[in-house]
Amino acid sequence: MGNKQTIFTDEQLDAYQDCTFFTRKEILRLHGRYHELAPHLVPMDYTNDPDVKVPLALIVNMPELKENPFRNRIVESFSEDGQGNLSFNDFVDMFSVLSEMAPRELKAIYAFKIYDFNVDNYICKEDLEKTLNRLTKEELTPEEVVLVCEKAIEEADLDGDNKLSFADFENMISRAPDFLSTFHIRI
Amino acid sequence: MSCPVIQSEQKFVGERSTEFSGLDTIRAPLADIPSVGGVLQQDDEDRAGVSSRASVRTEPIMAQRVSFDFDQVPEFESPVDEDGVHDSFSQLIQEQSHDLHDVIEMTPLDLEEESRDDVECEESAVYQRSDSDGPQQTDHLIGERWSSDTLKVLSSMPSRTIGRSRGAIISQYCNRTMQLRRRRQSRPSIQHFPRSARPSIRGYGMETDSAGFEEEENKRERLVNNLQNLSAGDRVRVLRAMPLSLSEKKELRMLVLNKAEHSVSQSQIPCCSQLKYYIIIALRHGWYGWLSFLSSLQLWQTALKCVGGRFGTGVLSYFVFLRTLLFFNVFLFLVTGVLLVVPQAIAHPDHDQNVTVRSTWGLEVLTGAGYFSHSLLYYGYYSNRMLQTGHSCSAPRNGTSCSSGLSYNMPLVYFFTIGAAFFITCIILVYSMSKSFGQSFRIDKSKGLLTIKVFSSWDFKVIKKSSVKLQRANISTQLKELVAEVNHQELKFPVLQRLFRLFIHTLAWIMCLGSTIACVLAVYYFSEHMHGDLLKRAGSRSSDPLLEEARLLAVPVFVSSFNLLLPGFFNAVAWMEEYDSPSVLNYVSISRNLLLKVSVLGVLCYHWLGRVASDPQSLGLECWESFVGQELYRFLLMDFIFMLLGTFFGEFLWRVFSQKALKRKRKPVFDIARNVLELIYGQTLAWLGVLFSPLLPAVQIIKLIFLFYMKKVSLKMNCQASGKPWRACQMTTIFITLLCFPAFLGAAVCVTYTMWTIKPSSRCGPFQGLKTMFQAGKRWFQELAAVNPDLHWLPTAHAYLVENPLFLFMSAGIFLIVIYFHSQVVDGQRKIIELLQEQIENEGEDKKFLITRLQDIHEGKRGATPRRVKGPSEDSSYS
Repeated sequence: MGNKQTIFTDEQLDAYQDCTFFTRKEILRLHGRYHELAPHLVPMDYTNDPDVKVPLALIVNMPELKENPFRNRIVESFSEDGQGNLSFNDFVDMFSVLSEMAPRELKAIYAFKIYDFNVDNYICKEDLEKTLNRLTKEELTPEEVVLVCEKAIEEADLDGDNKLSFADFENMISRAPDFLSTFHIRI
Repeated sequence: MSCPVIQSEQKFVGERSTEFSGLDTIRAPLADIPSVGGVLQQDDEDRAGVSSRASVRTEPIMAQRVSFDFDQVPEFESPVDEDGVHDSFSQLIQEQSHDLHDVIEMTPLDLEEESRDDVECEESAVYQRSDSDGPQQTDHLIGERWSSDTLKVLSSMPSRTIGRSRGAIISQYCNRTMQLRRRRQSRPSIQHFPRSARPSIRGYGMETDSAGFEEEENKRERLVNNLQNLSAGDRVRVLRAMPLSLSEKKELRMLVLNKAEHSVSQSQIPCCSQLKYYIIIALRHGWYGWLSFLSSLQLWQTALKCVGGRFGTGVLSYFVFLRTLLFFNVFLFLVTGVLLVVPQAIAHPDHDQNVTVRSTWGLEVLTGAGYFSHSLLYYGYYSNRMLQTGHSCSAPRNGTSCSSGLSYNMPLVYFFTIGAAFFITCIILVYSMSKSFGQSFRIDKSKGLLTIKVFSSWDFKVIKKSSVKLQRANISTQLKELVAEVNHQELKFPVLQRLFRLFIHTLAWIMCLGSTIACVLAVYYFSEHMHGDLLKRAGSRSSDPLLEEARLLAVPVFVSSFNLLLPGFFNAVAWMEEYDSPSVLNYVSISRNLLLKVSVLGVLCYHWLGRVASDPQSLGLECWESFVGQELYRFLLMDFIFMLLGTFFGEFLWRVFSQKALKRKRKPVFDIARNVLELIYGQTLAWLGVLFSPLLPAVQIIKLIFLFYMKKVSLKMNCQASGKPWRACQMTTIFITLLCFPAFLGAAVCVTYTMWTIKPSSRCGPFQGLKTMFQAGKRWFQELAAVNPDLHWLPTAHAYLVENPLFLFMSAGIFLIVIYFHSQVVDGQRKIIELLQEQIENEGEDKKFLITRLQDIHEGKRGATPRRVKGPSEDSSYS
């Protein structure tokens, strides 16, 4: 554990451990990954909480995210500024929510954010269209996409406002048996 | 905020919430709406200044709940835990409900109190509401703009207040902080300590902001207090599950720890929780490992996934069905193998016929005759004696008197093995049928399938490019199918065209039925001819054994070629008919093929059981059961060979032909109906043959395994996904039903008929010397009764229960009645669900209606008597 002293203080590691679903070791490993992304940007010494942010373009290139159709949205939803620049805290937060220990509600909240492309707290038709286009990548015709959007909203919209609020989303997710296992990234 | 205040509030709420609940909360606002704002003030005067401010501030948040409603129940491991948490959060919860309750409950009083309105305070509340929450509120509820009072009523509806819990409060808090943070984003953030962010908010310029910030601070305080009240483990858990950003969580944690003044031994928390989480993680890993192990046990998992991804669930259902059949055969094989074949093979029967092994160029493999005739493959080889290990017994039929050594009553075992195998197969079939019925015809028409597919089908773990592609293909195929199903609408044609179509359909059916009948007649006469031929040659020992063996193949080849050609004809007819829905096309095709196969099999059964078994002597057969077994073996093998040919010519050459000669871009579509019916046909043969040839399931297993790989390769090479995707959710059910109803039932009836009525050969097989196979059981019962006088009732019971058909009829009748009642119950439930759904919809309409009425009344009253000074911002946001 020689590394530990140089990167984080004990106090910091405790805090991380209490606030995320990671152990000390994993936090250190995550720091390693974070450092790899931008070695010139990220210091090895985090004891004084440096205000460093890694831009979206670099994070998206991680092998875990590279092939994910929602990679940009994931990173954006977890960044404090909404632009996709992640501080180490945001970075840890992201993988904590996506870890297998995170409870369903927490995952649902962030999944909702990810699918809410225009950040208006609702998943509307445009959001769904974007989601679908990313999911299927031109395998569906535009008409089919529109149709799927309409039908999907019709199905899941409980209060009849033609868009999915979080309540609708959560209600739907609660009936999706494999959501917990699919909304999960191993790091 | 100080603790005493909160406590007093709590008490206050306690009284109120018991008084006012349910309908009262709704009725009150309807009676008198306009001056809700004033009420607040009156109520606030009862309390300390600070707390009154706080409660006014929280009230807009309640309104906001309308738009962001988390009705979630916190996930805790034990109810005990939950209680603790509820207690600790009750402050927040009660406070929130308190705000609501006084809003509504005081309404009747406000007529007098109105004049005393503290305009300024109310204004600030309104300001904030309109400024920060206004846009969101208007977003909600079909874009209509609601006045603040309507929103208050809305937010206090029982349906919106029932589920209030920790999660809701935290997420509200989260939402607020997110909003504030968004605003801050334009400013440089100086966020090392929460309070240091204050300037940036002030810089925003509105007093409402500072109010909002104070609000946030209050919330934070309360959260910290609540967290502090939790036990260390719970605190960590709650903290982790909070939808806040990590830095905020850390701040919260810092505050909590500072407040606790290190009263909690810090070293213990991480250690304990760490251990706990290690255990939990290990358990989860174990569970996932076990799951993945289980799924890897499933045969052909990856192959099936590939097929499903590329060709959709329709084609997939064929392969799944094939796999199901394989399992049935493995079961049959295991049962007959362990109980019949192995004991017989071990026992070395002394009646070793001096077999003349005539090598006829390996033709025996095709005909199953020759060398195979006297082998474990057929009925005739099995002995009718006690198979014994250890001490030998002299009396062959008196098994029970042999106390020493293990005796094995072969006829009995043969009888009961076949019977039990059929019985268990029947139970498995019925069970899987009911299960798949349950899955495909859900009582609750499972809504939200499409959305679930869209939002939770992408596996975020997948990082390999090829798998991503496969996943993408899979999801889009499934989506297409779902949409096709949802979007299925009947096209309307003009009358003339409909008549024309009707005519075409009738013509097609006539053609198909005609060809089926012709085929059946042909099989009937051809088999009769061959039978006569056999009779003739039985009289005069013929010369060429090779030719004789080849003759045996004539009927199977004849039947199999019909089976190959007629479906092609049916397809051509169906092509003429031009069905626009692929599932209808499939059902029609299935029913035609089914008709053909069933009638052909019926004729064949008549041929075997009626012609061959009734008069085996004239055919010169020593053992007609073995002969029938050979025939079945031949049919099974021919079926396989013709399937190979069909795959080669029908799929491969047709693909080459259509691509090269016809210059078509599209490959042919995989014909699910024909292939499935071929499988069912083969399986029926196997079931029919188990009695006559106990090892036939093994042949069928080999055949199925070959077939799987062959069809998979052929599918990938020669076929393409159907142009019109469709979901085969009910397809598997149909297949299983077909397998159960005509196929299995037919085979079972034939086998039972054989056992009950036909006299077994007198010189071979386990049942020689008996009148019917059935008597083996009867005799055993009699022997049992003779040996053991206590069991004297057994033969009579047997005679009445088994031999007397009345009992069978009665039990079958009861069974049917039970099924009928069940289906009626399910039907009723479905109707009730429909009614309830309708009711829910109606209630929603009612609610909307009431809300609009409320709004109207409110607007009217406000327009008539402007009782208070309106804030400019309120006007701007609601006009």
